[in-house]
Amino acid sequence: MPKHIQLTESGRLKHFLTIEGLDKALLTEILDTAESFTGVSEHQIKKVPLLRGKTIVNLFFENSTRTRTTFELAATRLSADVLTVNIATSATAKGESLLDTIRNLEAMHVDMFVVRHALSGAAHFIAEHTAPHISVINAGDGQHAHPTQAMLDMFTIRQHKKQFDGLKVAIVGDILHSRVARSQILALNTLGVAEVRVIAPKTLLPARVEHMGVIALQDMREGLKDVDVVIMLRLQKERMNSAFLPSESEFFNCYGLTEEQLHYAKPDVIVMHPGPINRGVEIASSVADGERSVILQQVSNGVAVRMAVMTMVLGGYGGAA
Amino acid sequence: MTKLVIDNGRVIDPANDIDSVGPVYIADGKIVSVLDKVDTFSADVRIDAGGRIVCPGLIDLSVRLREPGHSQKGRIQSETRAALAAGVTSLCLPPDTKPCIDTAAVVEYIKDKAEAAGFPQVYSIGALTQRLDGSELSSMFALKAAGCIAVSNGHAPLANLLILRRAMEYAATHDLLLMYRANVASLSGKGCAHEGAVASRYGLPGIPYAAESIALAQCLELAQLTGCRLHVSQISCKQSVIKIQQAKKYGLNVSADTAIHQLHLTEDDMQPFDSRYHVLPPFRAQEDRHYLREGLARGTIDAVVSDHQPHDLDAKLGAFPETEPGIASLETLLPLSLQLTRQTGMSLTKAIAGLTQKPAAILRLQAGALTPGFKADVCVFDPDIEWRIDEANWLSAGRNTPYWHKTMRGRVTHTIQGGRLVYRLADSDARERA
Repeated sequence: MPKHIQLTESGRLKHFLTIEGLDKALLTEILDTAESFTGVSEHQIKKVPLLRGKTIVNLFFENSTRTRTTFELAATRLSADVLTVNIATSATAKGESLLDTIRNLEAMHVDMFVVRHALSGAAHFIAEHTAPHISVINAGDGQHAHPTQAMLDMFTIRQHKKQFDGLKVAIVGDILHSRVARSQILALNTLGVAEVRVIAPKTLLPARVEHMGVIALQDMREGLKDVDVVIMLRLQKERMNSAFLPSESEFFNCYGLTEEQLHYAKPDVIVMHPGPINRGVEIASSVADGERSVILQQVSNGVAVRMAVMTMVLGGYGGAA
Repeated sequence: MTKLVIDNGRVIDPANDIDSVGPVYIADGKIVSVLDKVDTFSADVRIDAGGRIVCPGLIDLSVRLREPGHSQKGRIQSETRAALAAGVTSLCLPPDTKPCIDTAAVVEYIKDKAEAAGFPQVYSIGALTQRLDGSELSSMFALKAAGCIAVSNGHAPLANLLILRRAMEYAATHDLLLMYRANVASLSGKGCAHEGAVASRYGLPGIPYAAESIALAQCLELAQLTGCRLHVSQISCKQSVIKIQQAKKYGLNVSADTAIHQLHLTEDDMQPFDSRYHVLPPFRAQEDRHYLREGLARGTIDAVVSDHQPHDLDAKLGAFPETEPGIASLETLLPLSLQLTRQTGMSLTKAIAGLTQKPAAILRLQAGALTPGFKADVCVFDPDIEWRIDEANWLSAGRNTPYWHKTMRGRVTHTIQGGRLVYRLADSDARERA
C-alpha cells in the first residue's frame, strides 16, 4: 500500500489494517508480545492493567460472534472499557453515512475502533478519517483483510513449527472471497516460509492470484504433497447458489480434507481452520477433531494475539520498531 | 458581431490538413480565412497567439453536467464554464439526468439552461429506452425532432438482446446515431475494479474485460444485422480494440471512443481504496492501455472523450466499493492529450483530430474544423504552461480527480465559441510558462 498509514513516524504500530507493508520484525514482535499474554488467561485474576482508562469500541457492521467475542475478551483482560455497537441494526440502517457514524462515536472520546465491515477498504477509510488520537484495528473488511486472524494463525504455526523458514503451507478452499487467506498469504510470505500454495477450483481463485506470491493448484493431492501446514477455509455455503460450485458433495469429493488426503502431507502436518467449520463440506470430522488439528488452539490464541495488537497500537506495551 | 483575428499562432486543423503559423480571421460568428492574410480585415479583437497553438474548439462526446436532477454535484452553469476553460466548445450530454432525457420537454429544459449559461452547443443524447429502464423504446423520433443528436442507454443495462436489436432498427429508421456503452451487467456484477492482480490483492470485486468485449461483440453483430449507425463509447480493453478493428476492416459503419484517463492510468496506478480512482469501466491492465494507445494512433479508436463525471464530496466518501464511480475530467482533457503526444510520440495533429475532426464526423456536425464558413469555434492553447490543479484554477464543481494537486503541462488560453471570445486565461496565469 503506497500510502502507509499504519505506522507512526517512529515506526510504532498506530493502526492495524493489513499485513501489507509491515516487516518481519514487526510481525515477530506481535507474536512475541502475544506470547507474553498467553499466561494471563490462566491466572486466577485474568486481567492486566495495561489499558486501564482506555475506551475501545467494537464497531461491527457485519455479524460475527467469534471475532467479536475474542476482541471483547482481549480488551477486558487488558482492563479497557469496551463498548460493542452492532451497527448493522442501528445508525447506518437509518441512512447515516459511515463517516457520520464514526464522527458521532469519536465525539464520545474513545481511543480505539475495532471495525468489521462487509466492504473492502472500510477500515482503511475509517482510519484515514477518524481523529488522530484514535487507533483502528481491522477485524475483517470485505474480501480484503483480516490481519489479527492471520496473526493468530501465524502464532499457532510458530507454536508447533518453531520457525517459518522452509515451511510449505497449503491454503485450501474459497480463496476468492476470503479476507483471511489474503492476510495469511501476506503474513506467511513476510515471515519467510518457503512456499505458499492455494488449492481451489478456478471459480474460487482470484484473478492472477500468483501475483500475491503463491502457487495456485487445482489438485488436492499435488497441492498437499509434503506440506507442513494445511489451512482449510470456510466454504461460504451462501455462495453455492451463485454457480461457484455444483454441490457441497462434489466440493467435498474434490477439495474436502479427509484422513486419506492428509496422507500426502508431511507426517507432522498441522491442520488449521479459521472457523466456523462446515463438517463434511470442507473438512471431515475425523480430521477436524483429529490429532493433527490445532483448530481450538487457534481460538485460544486469538485472545492473546488481539491483546498484543491492542496494547501495541495504544502504546501500552512494546511496539517499538 | 465582433471581428477577431488570432495572429502568429501555430494553426493545427487536421480536417483541412493544416499545420502552419499564420492568422485566423473570424467575423459574424464564422471563420473567414485561415493563414491567408486579409488586408482589409479590421479586427475589434486581436489575440496574439505567438508560441501557442490554434485549433478547432474541442468536441467532447460525453460530459455529465449533472443538471437536471443532481445539482449538488454540478450545474450546467458550472460545468459549461469548466468546458470553456478546457477549450471544449461542443459537448454531448448523456441521457442519465433526472428526469432522464426521454421526452422533448427535458431536451428543451437543457437547451434553455445551456443557452442561459452562454453555452449553446450542449447536444442532448436521448434515452434509448423509456426512463432508461431497458425494456420499452423511447420516442426517438420526437427526441430527434427536439434536438437530440443521438440515442443511448447510458450506463443502464438493456433487458435483453432483442431490445437492443429493436432499438437499433428503430434508431436506424430515423437515422439516429446509437451510442453504446458495452457492458454485460451479469458479468460485471457489483464489481468496482478491473478483475486483475490489484483487485485480487485488495479484495475488490472485479470486472472482467470480457464484460465489455462480449457486449461489444454482440452489439457489432446486431449493427451488421440492422444497419444501425453505431458509436461505441468509452472502451477500455485490448479485446474491444481488436473487435472494433475487425469490424472496421470488414466495412461496418462503426466508430469508437475512449476516455482520456484510460489512456494514462492502469490498475497499477490505483491508490488502493482511494475513491478518486473509482471509475467505470475500471482502469485496466498495462497491456490494455497499450492497445488503447495503439488503437488511437492507428485510427481504430476515433475519438477521445473526457467522460466528465463531477461528484459532490459525499459521493466519494466511504469504503471504495460503495463510492460512486467517475472522474471530473474536463479540465484535464487537453493537458493529458498533450502528455500522450509527449509520451508516445503521437503527432499533435493526430491528438487534436481525436478531439475535433473525428467527433464532429461521428456526430455529423459542421464543426471540428477551421473551414471558412464554419461556425467559429476555436481553442488557443499554450502547450508549455505548467499549472497545478487546485481550488485556485479549477472550475468544475467536481474535484474528484486523481490529478488533484498534480502539475499539468499545457493550458487553454482562449476559447472562442460561435465567434465570441468566451474564455480567456488571466495574464498572470498565462505567464507561468515552463
